[in-house]
Amino acid sequence: MESVDLLYKGIYILVIFGITLLIATYSTYFERKIAAFIQDRVGPNRAGPAGLLQPLADAGKLFFKEDFIPAKSNKALFVIGPGIAMLVATMSSAVIPFGDMLIVGGREIFLQAIEVNIGVLYVFGVVSLGVYGLMIGGWASNNKFSLLGAIRAASQNISYELAMGLSLIAVLMLTGSLSLREIAAQQAGFNWNIWYQPLGFVIFLVCAFAETNRTPFDLPESEAELIGGYHTEYGSMKLGMYLFAEYINIFVASAVMATLYFGAYNFPFMENLREAISDPVLANNVVTMVGVGVMFAKIFLFIFFFMWVRWTLPRFRYDQLMKLGWQILIPLAILNIILTGGGILLKEYLF
Amino acid sequence: MEPLSNRRKQVEKKEMTFAERAYLPAIAQGLGITLKHFFKKKATVQYPEQTRERSDVWRGLHVLKRDDTGAERCTACGLCAVACPAEAITMTAGERKAGEEHLYREEKYAVTYEVNMLRCIFCGLCEEACPKAAIFLQDDKLAPARFERDEFIYGKDRLVEPLKTTETK
Repeated sequence: MESVDLLYKGIYILVIFGITLLIATYSTYFERKIAAFIQDRVGPNRAGPAGLLQPLADAGKLFFKEDFIPAKSNKALFVIGPGIAMLVATMSSAVIPFGDMLIVGGREIFLQAIEVNIGVLYVFGVVSLGVYGLMIGGWASNNKFSLLGAIRAASQNISYELAMGLSLIAVLMLTGSLSLREIAAQQAGFNWNIWYQPLGFVIFLVCAFAETNRTPFDLPESEAELIGGYHTEYGSMKLGMYLFAEYINIFVASAVMATLYFGAYNFPFMENLREAISDPVLANNVVTMVGVGVMFAKIFLFIFFFMWVRWTLPRFRYDQLMKLGWQILIPLAILNIILTGGGILLKEYLF
Repeated sequence: MEPLSNRRKQVEKKEMTFAERAYLPAIAQGLGITLKHFFKKKATVQYPEQTRERSDVWRGLHVLKRDDTGAERCTACGLCAVACPAEAITMTAGERKAGEEHLYREEKYAVTYEVNMLRCIFCGLCEEACPKAAIFLQDDKLAPARFERDEFIYGKDRLVEPLKTTETK
């Protein structure tokens, strides 16, 4: 790889990293705002105009709190736990194509940190590593509630990963590729996968809620039963890291859903826009930049949906959660695979 | 058993329909309700900047009134203290000296007059008991929160209506 490319990749990765952190930071603010609006309140509005500096105030508070480690805990693992959660969460946005290709000075620049032909598998592998953060943190706390929360997190993630993977297989059958760039490119214009995979999308969405430990599946951190679950013993910025990791996971899950089902950076009439501009280089760049905006709009819509659901639905009971995962979602996902296979065969037979 | 009233209703546990068991329509309905609230007018009153409008008969912080000439109306008869169900009012009476006619309207006046705002229940019975129309509960002032218990005992310095220093006519 040329050194210019390397430099560009480095800058791009830093930018994506910064955007990820920024979105996670402001997710906390919007979570509180949305919660307030849904409950007919106004939400934080004291720190800065419309409360926009609230995340900074929260971060300042978390940093200056006493960094407490319980005496009977496993100290090394106690510190490593939130680190793993955070590391893994930030890693997974590497393969997501946030935009198509920019042409700057005759050089083609792809708006994706790393292009790997197994992008989907990478995301799933890394996201499922995230449960180690919770598991290690919960176990190292040496507290029964933390341990229960950690066990719940682990079994919940394993259960829902199955249904998630199965619903994903149907998409992969359609696209015939594991590369997220390839999947995104195939959904050009308005040819989004959601039109072919509505059932698969619903299954994937439900599993995404469970994977990110969000209400209605936030059993690992249910405060009523487990006093906060795996982060009971955490305080200060270590707790902040766990919460942060959760919001980054929501961002990544939203980005993955937008890429797999909602056409990533593609938007309707993008070809018309491309033809409307005479200069091909300029046309490509304009379409790409609009595409990046569209991608982030889709991501924000999903993040809003995550929060909207959180302030609407009550929490599941644990046996209901397991029943939903194993007895309903997995058979449905298998049915979806069969239907998709049948559809593909029918299409080959008819056309 | 004979029904006690005609309002008795036989309840039955119906089998859930497929739509109910699928749970998703119910979720969509719930999301609709929360979205409706999202755009609703907010109930919050931004307290320090805004205050909620109070009723005309609101009973707030006490005031000891003066008469037209600026003399205190209270004659320390003690009827308010007797009427007070929370026993929040204490006072000591004194005799008006010569030359203090412009300060106190009657020959007897309250040397000290204290209302314990922690005991007061703001019922307004002192106001009703007062024969001299001296004590009133204002409709625009509250007893604010304070850090020390002693600060809640309001003496004459904080209860008596301030003198009008300049003639406003």
